[in-house]
Amino acid sequence: MSILVDADTRVICQGMTGRAGTHYSAAMIAYGTRVVGGVRPGRGGSRHLGLPVFDTVASAKADTGANASMVFVPPENAAAAMIEAIEAEMPLVVALTERVPLQDMIRVRDALKHGTTTLIGPNSQGVLAPGVCKIGVMATGGERSGHIGILSRSASLTSEVTAQVSAAGLGQSTTVGIGGDAIHGLSMRACFELFLADPETHGVVVVGEIGGIEEEELADFIADSRPDMPVVALIVGRHAPERRRMGHSGAFIEGARNDAAGKIRALENAGVIIAESPHLVGETMQRALLIEA
Amino acid sequence: MNLQEFQSKTLLARYGIDVPKGRLALSGDDAQAGARALGLERSAVKAQVPAGGRGRSKGVVLVSSPEEAGAAARRLLGETLVTEQTGPAGYLVRQVLVEEAVEADRSLYLAVLIDTARAEIAILAGPEGSEDIEDKLQSGQTRIERLTLAPGGALNETEALAQRLGLDARLHSSFARLLGQLRTAFMENDATLIELNPLAITTAGTFVALDAKIVIDDNALFRHPDLVALRDDREDDGVEIAAQSHQLNYVRMDGDIGVVVNGAGLGLATLDMIRAANGRPANFMDIRTTATSIDVAHGFALLLDNPAVRSILVNVHGGGMQPCDIIADGLGIAMRRTGKARPTIVRLAGNNAEYARFRFQNFGCKVIDCPDMWGAVTRAVDEASARGESR
Repeated sequence: MSILVDADTRVICQGMTGRAGTHYSAAMIAYGTRVVGGVRPGRGGSRHLGLPVFDTVASAKADTGANASMVFVPPENAAAAMIEAIEAEMPLVVALTERVPLQDMIRVRDALKHGTTTLIGPNSQGVLAPGVCKIGVMATGGERSGHIGILSRSASLTSEVTAQVSAAGLGQSTTVGIGGDAIHGLSMRACFELFLADPETHGVVVVGEIGGIEEEELADFIADSRPDMPVVALIVGRHAPERRRMGHSGAFIEGARNDAAGKIRALENAGVIIAESPHLVGETMQRALLIEA
Repeated sequence: MNLQEFQSKTLLARYGIDVPKGRLALSGDDAQAGARALGLERSAVKAQVPAGGRGRSKGVVLVSSPEEAGAAARRLLGETLVTEQTGPAGYLVRQVLVEEAVEADRSLYLAVLIDTARAEIAILAGPEGSEDIEDKLQSGQTRIERLTLAPGGALNETEALAQRLGLDARLHSSFARLLGQLRTAFMENDATLIELNPLAITTAGTFVALDAKIVIDDNALFRHPDLVALRDDREDDGVEIAAQSHQLNYVRMDGDIGVVVNGAGLGLATLDMIRAANGRPANFMDIRTTATSIDVAHGFALLLDNPAVRSILVNVHGGGMQPCDIIADGLGIAMRRTGKARPTIVRLAGNNAEYARFRFQNFGCKVIDCPDMWGAVTRAVDEASARGESR
């Protein structure tokens, strides 16, 4: 079984008629995802990729019974598109757009508080339940069906880690790219809880990176909840290039809790197994499962 | 995008926030004439660089006559200023701000910023302004008060904040007005940080921003062409700018292995692995999904032109819009165009990895093909050290 998506997931694409929207919608259809239509204001009533195009998310949802939306509109309109989907009570919204302004995302997060939507992203690679449903831009071919959940803040590393986990002989229940931006929807911790509640997920791989405090929040949760499945974490950015700093305020809010070493320490203290290097993720999980069994 | 102090102050003044009167100067004579024209005896001569920590690094000089202002400016201009926030290379001082020395009764710390963990805009305020506020805070010598802007940016409880800061009751209404002005400036310009430190309360009972730092969200610059025009990239790395114009994120580093990846996370992972293998990256180059093979070729040319680069490591996981063959074509075009080569270790996975190998052959590119990531990394490190002096 998978989290977030399943064989009944019916997807519309906001921005389907654009170049990237067309390319990835077609790839999703080829993968077997039930794409049921697209949204492009002003193009309602036309067809694209053999599917109906609607002016609004609400009309697309009413007409097609869609229960998920992929947002593939340019950054300047991405927040409005996400908010439109949230207001249309779309259960799942996966936002792929990169470079959405932060103040726009504050408005999106506020809309989420008043709605029922689960938002993945923005700047997400998408959600992939092997052989069942793909929403997003990830490379496929390296995935296989199985019992490992993968939850990743990094878009580019997600396909890599997925392929590695497969190469170690382990399939995935679902791979979720929660998005690399500082403000996004579903958090690391919330995504982890979904995996924890899924009876078909027997272990979780967490891919984190420097910045923010989500890894630390996840560590706190794991320390408290003591999940009965192995958790393997890869934290990248131990040797990231130095960034120039402007003022002092960032430090007041996040403190020193956002470098790679601090994240690794927090997760290790919570009982998470750290993959020492990016190429060791698959075998680390393999070993962890053997010890568990 | 970091605004410089004089740019920040010009912007804040448009929102009615008081700043000391001052003038930008490009030479000692300029500074002296400026101080005289403004009628300043005591003034501060401040190096204009886009980073904090200038006071502690002698980038701010207090003087008591226009002549002294001229002399101080002459000393600062042309110097490279290194502070705890600039990185080791520092910034060349090309301009100074000559500014009225304001008599302050006391000073505050005041900032508006995006608290990304809570997805909120927050106001932070401290009862004393100082450059070493971070240290003072850690050692418990001072404190920071916090106020969260309600959704939509509504400002509540300014009165309570003024009280917590111990502000005289007569100042409360002007403090609330200042917060409102700051909030508007923050939101209208897509700022991620506005920091006034120190914020003086003058003997006359007004608030004056003695220093101001503003950071604008790069992702929102499409809404602010006026701010983009303020960008002074003379101090930025020419190579980084060139890469930027070709859909490549590039950061210069000080090692000898050129690194090419697609995606920031994969890039960070690659740097970690190079360090783990005792190698040193010369750069971080991330090919964005929108890059064409010609863009990629320009990127490779930058590496081939860099004499410090002794080997090149290409670690790519091809996706939908950016399959491996585009990277192969880019490398092929760059090698053909420049006539230069380096030992190039290529690790390709994902979409069109096989086809990319065929493209390499077509271009006559000699590359070292490593199917696994760790093997590719160690090979790149070996190739670089074989060509370098002992380290």
